Amino acid sequence: IGSSALMIWKGLMVVTGSESPIVVVLSGSMEPAFHRGDLLFLTNRIEDPIRVGEIVVFRIEGREIPIVHRVLKIHEKQNGDIKFLTKGDNNAVDDRGLYKRGQHWLEKKDVVGRARGFVPYIGIVTILMNDYPKFKYAVLFLLGLFVLVHRE
Amino acid sequence: LRKNVEDFTGPRERSDLGFVTFDITADILNGKNDFIFDWNVKQLFLYLSAEYSTKNNALNQVVLWDKIMLRGDNPRLFLKDMKSKYFFFDDGNGLKGNRNVTLTLSWNVVPNAGILPLVTGSGHVSVPFPDTYETTKSY
Repeated sequence: IGSSALMIWKGLMVVTGSESPIVVVLSGSMEPAFHRGDLLFLTNRIEDPIRVGEIVVFRIEGREIPIVHRVLKIHEKQNGDIKFLTKGDNNAVDDRGLYKRGQHWLEKKDVVGRARGFVPYIGIVTILMNDYPKFKYAVLFLLGLFVLVHRE
Repeated sequence: LRKNVEDFTGPRERSDLGFVTFDITADILNGKNDFIFDWNVKQLFLYLSAEYSTKNNALNQVVLWDKIMLRGDNPRLFLKDMKSKYFFFDDGNGLKGNRNVTLTLSWNVVPNAGILPLVTGSGHVSVPFPDTYETTKSY
């Protein structure tokens, strides 16, 4: 099962153009639309223009954790260079306070992908695995058992 | 969909700041002309955005106001004398004298599970900004 799962994952990466075609929502900043543990499906096709209202997943330079928020403002030049501002639906203020020091806008390079679809709850498994190592070992152990038992 | 607006620009040293008040009368329908809330529509994220071009930027879009509508809420909007929720700053001085600022109402459909479409409502309103800055109006 391991190699076919990997192939599907790589295939998804190619089709969606995103390095992370699926992400788990980690915070409540987009409630009531998304909750911690929801799974988001992303695309990141360069041809898709960034427009207000879209839900983008972005990374702030130097930080690992991607953030899922909505585009509030865009200013795009004739040549396609764009700078934009984001805000979580459940936050009172926009994200400028989250950006790097001196950074006022996000750019295309900060974008991991655009949220196109979602499934609730499923991602809670990865959050539990992260927060409770014993749970992670139990899951890995069970997976290992499963593979052993079903080896052909 | 009908919007009435009154607007003016405040003087700022670096960027134009626009002030818009508006009314919104709208029925939010789905593609089949039924009211939008059905078994798989959990909520709508509605937003009123202004779109315009300036010397500095070929395309600008600014969300002025937004609202979350949950299934069970009334899909008919009847809002009057609304002020923008967010500051309408331009990236420069492109609002002064801009005759081509268009306001549109759009919404993001959030299902219980599935695709997240963005829909733009039919009907938009053009908001011409005056050629001079307003120094006396209070907002």
